[in-house]
Amino acid sequence: MAPVPEELRGPAKGRPGDEPVVVFDDVRLAFDDNVVLDGISFKLYPGFTKIFIGASGSGKSTVLKLILGLLAPDSGTITVHGQRIDGMTENELFAVRDHTGMVFQEGALFDSMTVGENVGFKLYEETDMPLADVRTRVEEVLGFVELGPYIDRKPSELSGGQRRRVAIARAMAFKPKLLLYDEPTTGLDPITALTVDAEIIKLRDLEGVTSVLVTHQLRDAFYIATHGAARAPEGHAIVSASPEKVEEADFVMLRDGKIVFEGSADELRTATDPYLRAFLS
Amino acid sequence: MAAFTEWLKRALLEVQEYSKLAMATARCAVSRPFYWHDFVEQLDAIGIGSMTVVILTGLFTGAVLALQSGFTLDQFGARPFVGRLVSASMIKELGPVLTALMLAGRVSSGIAAELGSMMVTEQVSALRALGTDPVRKLVVPRVLAGILMTPVLTVVANTVGLLGGWVVSVQNLNVASGLYWSSVVDGLFLEDVWMGLLKPFFLGFIIVTVGCHVGLRTRGGTQGVGRATTNAVVAASVGVIAMDFFSTQLLLELLF
Ligand SMILES: Nc1ncnc2c1ncn2[C@@H]1O[C@H](COP(=O)(O)OP(=O)(O)OP(=O)(O)O)[C@@H](O)[C@H]1O
Ligand SMILES: [Mg+2]
Repeated sequence: MAPVPEELRGPAKGRPGDEPVVVFDDVRLAFDDNVVLDGISFKLYPGFTKIFIGASGSGKSTVLKLILGLLAPDSGTITVHGQRIDGMTENELFAVRDHTGMVFQEGALFDSMTVGENVGFKLYEETDMPLADVRTRVEEVLGFVELGPYIDRKPSELSGGQRRRVAIARAMAFKPKLLLYDEPTTGLDPITALTVDAEIIKLRDLEGVTSVLVTHQLRDAFYIATHGAARAPEGHAIVSASPEKVEEADFVMLRDGKIVFEGSADELRTATDPYLRAFLS
Repeated sequence: MAAFTEWLKRALLEVQEYSKLAMATARCAVSRPFYWHDFVEQLDAIGIGSMTVVILTGLFTGAVLALQSGFTLDQFGARPFVGRLVSASMIKELGPVLTALMLAGRVSSGIAAELGSMMVTEQVSALRALGTDPVRKLVVPRVLAGILMTPVLTVVANTVGLLGGWVVSVQNLNVASGLYWSSVVDGLFLEDVWMGLLKPFFLGFIIVTVGCHVGLRTRGGTQGVGRATTNAVVAASVGVIAMDFFSTQLLLELLF
């Protein structure tokens, strides 16, 4: 694979004075002789979005698991929230994970618990927050994903899209500064997918959450990269097209363990590389 | 030869991972946080949930022991001693081992299936992502509940076993009720009772840790969960028999 041509490389962006939230430096990872990531480097700045695209099996989920420390790299360094996490023990990692939420590819909801217990899991189990306050917060985030009435149901009684939104609610309940979404809209109808996209945009623009998004759905990826959310004077959130957001979202294309494209939505649309074109069409 | 070394390597890896889990469990069991709610839930699931199986097993074992030994004892004209044989074999050996084998079938497989499906649906990863140690949350409550409930269930099995023996002695063998019970007490030595009470702690540990180990190493989707369930029953049953031997040897040295 040829190295990424200079004109395809997105500039390492960020507001002046901001420290990156996530830094990958020459990260390598192989499962036995299957080399999944082969020298991956990127930086992600606060409030910005990285969108990973690539064929099935190209290592997108693996990148998210590395950011969380669920997997450790074979070599290279990973810095999250300013701390080197490669080589950390599981106990040290728990402190870093306190600021990171993850929406797993299949939701990974605890099926022995109700929706409310799932969403409040971390607050119930790992913090000293009073139970009444946890309940209030759970109702608040379930309202955010518009699933308030479902608080006492079991995940098995929900539809796929509802489960996905519960997973988002669970990941955001403890107010992490960084959210990782693994294919949050795959398998959803276009309308439901748009509501999920809107949640992601609202979290990013209203709560200042830094986001990493893995997706096959380019439509959703472009939507998130080109829309912004603002609070209307009456208090509710409005999501609308905002061209300046384009500069704050990087698309990253993985192929054969390498980054073959990194740049904004506009740069991706105008890319001429045949593989990229095939992927986009 | 190559296949054999491959097999050996895998077996050693399995043993190593198992010891690691056992050690992590011990570390987590003596430090905070402790998930009380899960512990109580497991006491119920393992203890109360296994009661029926254990009662039926104990009852029929005691009954068949009385039947068999009554027949043997008749050859020496020693039928009134039937209570001795029932209590000696039930309390020292059969009660603990059969209870443990039933639990291997019920508890180990259940744990392996539950933790296995949590593995393949990434719920275990989700636990870690949310800052919860899966060993603390899933393994420690089950192991402690298993270690506590196995002896309790063994006592239950022993008790109904003696009752089963009594029914058969009185009904089929025409031994007087009082004679049966005094013979039961005669057959028991204090050391035997200790042996019968201490062994289940070891067996309970094996049953639950094997289930947890196999469950947490599950790979490969629903098929993997099926395989894990079968493997857990087989490994736990063999483990129970082996542990029975080693713990008996240890307790013989300590008690006598
Ligand atoms: N635990 C594991 N053990 C062995 N191989 C693994 C493991 N997890 C992932 N892999 C391999 O790593 C590669 C990348 O997997 P990953 O899940 O990151 O792909 P992906 O890009 O998320 O694909 P998809 O779009 O299908 O979700 C795949 O070839 C997969 O087989
Ligand atoms: Mg994936």
